[in-house]
Amino acid sequence: MSTKLEQIVREATIEVEAVNKKENRPLYQKRVPIFPKRAVGEFRRLKWLIMITTLSIYYLVPFIRWDRGPGAPDQAVLIDFPANRFYFFFIELWPQEVYYITGILIVAALALFFFTTLFGRVWCGYTCPQTVWTDLFIAVERWIEGDRNARIKLHRAKWSIEKVWKYTLKHTLWILIGVATGGAWVFYFADAPTLFVDLFTLQADMTAYVFVGMFTGTTYVLGGLSREQVCIYMCPWPRIQAAMMDEDSLQVTYRTDRGEPRGHARKAPDDLDKKVVGDCIDCKQCVVVCPMGIDIRDGSQLECINCALCIDACNGIMDKMGTPRGLIGYDTDANLARRIQGKPEKFHLLRMRTIMYAMSIVAVCGFMVYLLANRSPLDLNVLRDRNPIFVQLSDGSIRNGYTIKILNKHRNQRQFEITVTGLKFNELKVNDIKSVGPAPVIDVKGDSLRSVHLFLSVDESTLKSSSEPIAIIITDIESGLSVSNESVFLGPDK
Amino acid sequence: MAGNPRKDEISGVDTTGHEWDGIEELNNPLPRWWLWVLYVSIIWSVIYWIFMPAWPGISDYTRGTLGYSQRNEVQMELAEVKASRAGLDEKILTSSLEDITSDTSLNQYALAAGKAAFGDNCSGCHGSGAQGAKGYPNLNDDHWLWGGSLDDIHYTITYGIRSTHDDTRFNDMTAFLTDEMLEKDEISDVAEYVLSLSGTSSDVEAVSRGESIFVDNCVACHDEGGIGNRELGAPNLSDKLWLFGGDKKTVVQSISYGRKGVMPTWETRLDPVTIKALSIYIHSLGGGE
Repeated sequence: MSTKLEQIVREATIEVEAVNKKENRPLYQKRVPIFPKRAVGEFRRLKWLIMITTLSIYYLVPFIRWDRGPGAPDQAVLIDFPANRFYFFFIELWPQEVYYITGILIVAALALFFFTTLFGRVWCGYTCPQTVWTDLFIAVERWIEGDRNARIKLHRAKWSIEKVWKYTLKHTLWILIGVATGGAWVFYFADAPTLFVDLFTLQADMTAYVFVGMFTGTTYVLGGLSREQVCIYMCPWPRIQAAMMDEDSLQVTYRTDRGEPRGHARKAPDDLDKKVVGDCIDCKQCVVVCPMGIDIRDGSQLECINCALCIDACNGIMDKMGTPRGLIGYDTDANLARRIQGKPEKFHLLRMRTIMYAMSIVAVCGFMVYLLANRSPLDLNVLRDRNPIFVQLSDGSIRNGYTIKILNKHRNQRQFEITVTGLKFNELKVNDIKSVGPAPVIDVKGDSLRSVHLFLSVDESTLKSSSEPIAIIITDIESGLSVSNESVFLGPDK
Repeated sequence: MAGNPRKDEISGVDTTGHEWDGIEELNNPLPRWWLWVLYVSIIWSVIYWIFMPAWPGISDYTRGTLGYSQRNEVQMELAEVKASRAGLDEKILTSSLEDITSDTSLNQYALAAGKAAFGDNCSGCHGSGAQGAKGYPNLNDDHWLWGGSLDDIHYTITYGIRSTHDDTRFNDMTAFLTDEMLEKDEISDVAEYVLSLSGTSSDVEAVSRGESIFVDNCVACHDEGGIGNRELGAPNLSDKLWLFGGDKKTVVQSISYGRKGVMPTWETRLDPVTIKALSIYIHSLGGGE
């Protein structure tokens, strides 16, 4: 055993206990601040990349333009509450079609299940907004206050000029990030470039400022102050995830078979060569980089978000020690058992539940695409008058009234012909257009709804019962497309 | 229940000494955040007392320095609403009824205003859906005593029928029995004739006896064949609709004692804009001419 290796071990080792150590977690505990050390490695690089990508998407998407022709907003993604429309590139949805959002949520949930089954909590570790923003906030903190030791020192130090300005700067930057987060949020609900200017010139709507304020507050509190508390105490997902995972799911794992028993190499340098102690030198680098304040060597835990930073930390040490990487790495419970039994590792990606989840995703996506492709540009709602239920006219005939709502989802004005089947009607009268005829024609402006009142009357003798089924049909004269809606015609008791 | 506080061994926290079936209560302090919310609320309430109306007195209450009052808020909001409608109201006031109905947006506004006004003022007699009742006309159908054009409806609402207004619509259905103009038998016969006009009589002899009585006494107002006269507000007796009822007993009663239903004048109770809106709303119910 060389003295060099001994030195590496000595330098790397930190006498520290994990903040959220498994053994001492009481039911209630005041928050103990966590000061994660900077990690270096491929997973850290991947996390930076994902952070840049996801934040870019979030901040830049509202500024993408999409030409929809005159009179329509040219923002690619826009939730237009005043006009009751949702725009997503080539898709335009009306409030009646909110079930598409349901479909998206179902696909999102299934995808979450699918990836959790395969790769464990990759959502938590890499893409969850809580993780991304917390990561960003910790980066800011580290930039101002220095790495772990400097931050601990500053935290414990009495109030001084340095502490005040550093903390002030940190919280100011956090709030600015919060403002930017809330600021970007409101851009999804109004024309982004216009609102951008309005926000700064104080011309924007009060609602916009209120929402910017709300999201500034939540971002600052959740990302800056609460951090890991959100994952541990507020989020339901850590509690649900166990149901998605099985022994073949990949998760960040300390390979106990290789690491144990942990050895302080400097205490038994000769044993290290003889493999009496495991590869874990108990340097606790995995503990100090952990943003959740746990010890990964305690095994799979609710608190672990699988951010993989401990893998980077451990790999760095393994490289220095000259032992192979991967003492902590993505592994499965099944492989752990297999290695202990002396069998080779095996990765089952095709499992019953992954196949089922994949098929469900394909099925729901397929159904959604089908619905979208066959989305009718025309819709009809019929509301029967209920007060009075029917009216007798002076010639003894019976009249019913209906409110008809025609939804023209085309961009241009269309003409719709109204026809009614089911009874022999004396009269088809649409009050609002003052036209009487066998088939009244209604103009409906592009991208809008028109509500008209239809009166139908029949001879009483033609009514076989007090309630007769009828169908109201509107036909787009230009395209010939028609939509039918069933209703009833009511008369006196027979 | 009450006992002596002791130190709980497992948690290391004192108990309150309260015990229920062996279950004891730990004397943990309130969560800090909760306590702070309480303190902030107390401070807030003191500030609130200064600025806002708060404490009741015997005859008055503390009004607060901001002078806030919900009554004033409502008044201001109502004034705002009124101001926002001023343009439309002005337009309705100055336009003819025909012009209003041909202007789509103005028509929509008038219909909405009319519907609200109808619910407030008319539904008591005519019903919430204007379906009417015995003695109170159904405004949805196509039978109008005094005419169903926009202007006719407008006149009726403004001046009423047999109302106190000088320009009221007025007629007088003679009470033939009370005034001793017809005998009971004659009234029965003429009632049979009236019913035959809409095909609901079965007594042919009575009908033929009644016809001559009808010609002598009724055609002056109800016209030949009982088709009515809108100039006089005399109802059409040959259609299927009856204001008071189409059975013989009711018809006999109408002829014997007359009918003197009253529609009040609304000129003094509603502003001209509301009356116009009401006319347009009633005209739109299906019977408008």
